[in-house]
Amino acid sequence: MSRSILVAIKRVIDFSVHVRVKPDGSGVVTDGVKMSINPFDEIALEEALRIRERGLADEIIAVSVGPADVQQQLRTALAMGADRAVLVQVAEPLEPLVIARLLLALVQRHQPLLVLLGKQAIDDDNTQTGQMLAALWDRPQATFASKLELDGTRARVTREIDAGLETLEVDLPAVITTDLRLNEPRYVRLPEIMKARRKPLDTLTPAELGVADTAAVMRVLEYRTPPTRARGVRVGSAAELVAALEQRGVL
Amino acid sequence: MSAILVVAEHAGGRLNPSTAKCVSCAVAIAAACAPQAAPIDVAVLGAEVAPVTAAAAALGGVRRVLSLERAENAAALAAVWAPQIAALAPEYTHVLGPSTTFGKDLMPRVAALLGVGQVSDLMAVQTPHRFQRPIYASNVLVSVELPAQQRVVATVRTASFQPAPAAGPAPIEARQLQVPLPGHTRFVARSPVNAGRPDLQTAARVVSGGRALASSDNFQLLYRLADALGAAVGASRAAVDAGYVPNDLQVGQTGKIIAPELYIALGISGAIQHLTGIKDARTIVAINKDADAPIFEVADIGLVGDLFQVVPELEQLIRARRASAHS
Ligand SMILES: Cc1cc2nc3c(=O)[nH]c(=O)nc-3n(C[C@H](O)[C@H](O)[C@H](O)COP(=O)(O)OP(=O)(O)OC[C@H]3O[C@@H](n4cnc5c(N)ncnc54)[C@H](O)[C@@H]3O)c2cc1C
Ligand SMILES: Nc1ncnc2c1ncn2[C@@H]1O[C@H](COP(=O)(O)O)[C@@H](O)[C@H]1O
Repeated sequence: MSRSILVAIKRVIDFSVHVRVKPDGSGVVTDGVKMSINPFDEIALEEALRIRERGLADEIIAVSVGPADVQQQLRTALAMGADRAVLVQVAEPLEPLVIARLLLALVQRHQPLLVLLGKQAIDDDNTQTGQMLAALWDRPQATFASKLELDGTRARVTREIDAGLETLEVDLPAVITTDLRLNEPRYVRLPEIMKARRKPLDTLTPAELGVADTAAVMRVLEYRTPPTRARGVRVGSAAELVAALEQRGVL
Repeated sequence: MSAILVVAEHAGGRLNPSTAKCVSCAVAIAAACAPQAAPIDVAVLGAEVAPVTAAAAALGGVRRVLSLERAENAAALAAVWAPQIAALAPEYTHVLGPSTTFGKDLMPRVAALLGVGQVSDLMAVQTPHRFQRPIYASNVLVSVELPAQQRVVATVRTASFQPAPAAGPAPIEARQLQVPLPGHTRFVARSPVNAGRPDLQTAARVVSGGRALASSDNFQLLYRLADALGAAVGASRAAVDAGYVPNDLQVGQTGKIIAPELYIALGISGAIQHLTGIKDARTIVAINKDADAPIFEVADIGLVGDLFQVVPELEQLIRARRASAHS
């Protein structure tokens, strides 16, 4: 086990974009749409940086699977403070299980202390990749983390669950996925963007990582816009609101 | 032949209502398999599960309940539970868990052990291997199809299914699995169960507050209205981040997806990430002082006004109405 941390970075449509289905239902509109690092992955990277700043890790490696354009997001990760980046270049979006297999191959190369991922990618909302990596690697997982304490061989993780908070203790190395309240990611400053241009960004293929089969198993047959709600009514006072609720039979 | 396994969610000796919703989804898959039979089993893992297995056995459509008692199963640790569920899976064509934090944590680990992908947030069954699910914060719905020979592992979007009705008890069968379990993950603590108030995920009525509440003290206003209505309390991410209320009240893409009869949004702007969580509410009420707030685009009843003025009035009117109904 080295003292490195692997952080998985996915490029997604920015959270502020109102995503639209293409008229022919073959996908969503991506032309001219703002792309960003998945917000949860920014949080994962921020946490890794803080762990390094506390002297508990030496090297932060940002890794991503996607097309050549992902270099933009990896450069941002380097500007935030990652030491190096690895892009596993593929043309088509891959399924979480395949992403997990590729991440496992990177884990075997770098033998990290921790792998940090976002709890979910806000495009496909799958919430799968970290758990799948942990299973394939046969290591602990702590998902939806809102607090993380390390002591060299173990991590104590507070998780946001439906019933409130849960604390787990896991042996390292481990896979941790981040929730929103783990931290607030830092802003990137201009000098760091300049410096990031000189940091190493390696590109690999799945074949070079020994993952031969990356084909999708699930077929997406159709993309559609969900039905919109019928137009509502406006009321002018609390009394009118109560009357409207009575009329709808919900009181 | 098809067969469906539902992984039960439970805590404190009580079956979580998410399980009855997963059983409903299983019933829909079984119906899609007709005329072929597709029996439904429920697996209950735990240290002592008798009350939970009994509750699961009472769900309509269930063929039998598998009781997997083992001291190591006391806490629902994904790393511990997943290999056991994977060991049961060969008997089944479909393995389902709820799309709650419990199921989201566990089921992908099961899928990876089985070497298959997972369908997350299954919201409708189209065929035994074709399902509808939401992506992009529910702004887009997709139909996904798996190869007919592939085992289906899925999490069920609980807001899309009604709980399975009660029926005559199904048999309970104890199983001993010789599966080695890891010791690398240990349960430490869990916040106490919040008793007294209706549960946000199953309540018929929910009153939610946003950043506009401006303090945890001001949330008392909202709690009083919720009490008058017998409602659960929810919140936007902004209100949780600001520390006005605990994280388990967050509604939305990254919080809870709920489907109450009545949802009242107070001082919530209506960001898409929040709206994801309330799309299936039957009646949405919005009170916001900004007439252009996006929440009004989805509200069935909108009131432009200052919540600090409207909410106490509303509480009074509802209490008065209840008092007159009782007299
Ligand atoms: C990755 C990601 C995930 C997210 N997940 C979630 C999620 O799960 N749930 C969620 O809620 N958000 C989520 N968000 C955040 C979301 O984008 C919004 O920032 C958030 O919902 C805003 O909360 P709000 O409506 O309380 O605050 P604001 O947007 O600040 O709105 C406050 C509203 O209160 C009104 N107001 C102010 N004073 C008064 C008054 N006195 N009376 C009446 N009205 C008043 C204002 O007009 C305004 O509309 C997520 C964001 C990201 C990036
Ligand atoms: N293509 C990808 N490249 C790098 N990391 C990814 C990729 N897809 C998913 N991840 C990681 O896995 C997390 C969960 O994604 P998902 O399981 O798709 O919801 C994301 O927040 C990322 O950290």
